[in-house]
Amino acid sequence: MKKCILSVVGKDKVGITAGVCGVLANAGVNILDINQTILQEYFTMVVLVDIDTSSLGFGQIAERLENYGKESGMEIHIQREEIFDAMHRI
Amino acid sequence: MLSASEILSTVEMISQQHLDIRTVTMGISLRDCCDSDPAACADKIYEKICRKAERLVPTAQAIEREFGIPIINKRVSVTPIAIACESSDTEDYVPFAKAMDRAADALGIDFIGGFSALVQKGYTGGDHALINSIPEALASTNKVCASVNIGSTKAGINMNAVAEMGRVIKKAAELTSDRGGFACAKLVVFCNAVEDNPFMAGAFHGVGEPGCVINVGVSGPGVVHHALQSCKGQPIDVVAETIKRTAFRVTRMGQLVAQEASARLNVPFGIVDLSLAPTPAVGDSVADILEEMGLESVGAPGTTAALALLNDAVKKGGVMASSNVGGLSGAFIPVSEDAGMIRAAKSGFLTIEKLEAMTCVCSVGLDMIAVPGDTSAETISGIIADEAAIGMINNKTTAVRIIPAPGCGVGDVVEFGGLLGSAPVMPVNTKSCKELVDRGGRIPAPIHSLRN
Repeated sequence: MKKCILSVVGKDKVGITAGVCGVLANAGVNILDINQTILQEYFTMVVLVDIDTSSLGFGQIAERLENYGKESGMEIHIQREEIFDAMHRI
Repeated sequence: MLSASEILSTVEMISQQHLDIRTVTMGISLRDCCDSDPAACADKIYEKICRKAERLVPTAQAIEREFGIPIINKRVSVTPIAIACESSDTEDYVPFAKAMDRAADALGIDFIGGFSALVQKGYTGGDHALINSIPEALASTNKVCASVNIGSTKAGINMNAVAEMGRVIKKAAELTSDRGGFACAKLVVFCNAVEDNPFMAGAFHGVGEPGCVINVGVSGPGVVHHALQSCKGQPIDVVAETIKRTAFRVTRMGQLVAQEASARLNVPFGIVDLSLAPTPAVGDSVADILEEMGLESVGAPGTTAALALLNDAVKKGGVMASSNVGGLSGAFIPVSEDAGMIRAAKSGFLTIEKLEAMTCVCSVGLDMIAVPGDTSAETISGIIADEAAIGMINNKTTAVRIIPAPGCGVGDVVEFGGLLGSAPVMPVNTKSCKELVDRGGRIPAPIHSLRN
């Protein structure tokens, strides 16, 4: 299992979750957990995914998500989970 | 699962607060590149660097992409060339620097360090040849960095080398007068140089190091500055604790990148250098951290105390986050590479004398300081000797990277561009130290060097 964390931040509007999940589904990426909230009028979503289920490489998945981020005006990052573990867990 | 706020705080550190890995530096031994024919030796050097570091840049880029953390520089450090090339039958070491530069271009790395000599106690033939070749070597290459260790706590200070380095720096500046004396930005004079430093211009691969090694230098002044904004008006202990926690996080990330790079390149992991390395970008300044602690401008009374606290807290926070800590480890205060330092130097609140005091309590020393072009070689040597004395007596690394900017006077600004930034020309005490420097000889090692 190759876990990655997707973070999505931007102005709240209809269909963001559906849009992001659509991109993930098309790429064959499995969603393990989703956490979503509105912080100071900003939509923020954190998604834990497993990219091993996808036939695409990390770079291709990241590119699709970044393209979707540009289209929808959201800031989307995908990063390996280890970096967050390293920083926040001993 | 990690909380959303933890994840978003990391994302924000990277996207808003300039959190990055300053450098992944591969150390490569050139001890097996000796040849009595200088051309053959240069070929061996080129071939070995290219072979060992072939995958350095693509691997670092893949890590950047997957972890979402910028790795600003990819660098190589090599065995001091004065050692590696000493058996070659030549007095001209410039071709070795050119071979290093060609290798750096072929690999796509940002800098290559190790055009170096260690002469704290005296010279060998190779040391003489290398030091004589430094001005031309730096003027005729782009990515090669040079360093000379002229003193140590164990050996004392080689005052002949101190005098010579003043002249070498002047000559290097003259040869690159069309570029503001750019060659001097790639030349460091050390006391107590370390063998595993990943930072330039002083990186070289020490003789006690393995054949090949990965060292990582972290950064993150912007992150520390941001964290301190939440403790306005609170006691200084709170400031220290906040810096420790932030440094821990930053260093954990450095350790992760170092391990990942080491595994992917199949090269042993050496050290993480716990450093706060600024860049000229706004919001990535060590001076801003000191000012956030309560100084109107860096350079004001209290600056040295604030810097001492910062430097110590960075080490305390970082040391538990990494399995092996080394290099220079501490806050850097390069004037031209830090927007806050530039501002304070331009307005006259930060002087060379205050910087000298600051170097007693932080990593390295008088770094990236431009002085008037008519500053004499002896005065530069005097500055080097003062800085080396601080290092020797206090058992720490100190260094001088000074640029006597040709044709420039106080108030002018020398532009170097990129990470090297822009240096305001600072006034220097004009009283002479020529007689002292001309004496030559060696300052004996201090009494506390006798530890056995």
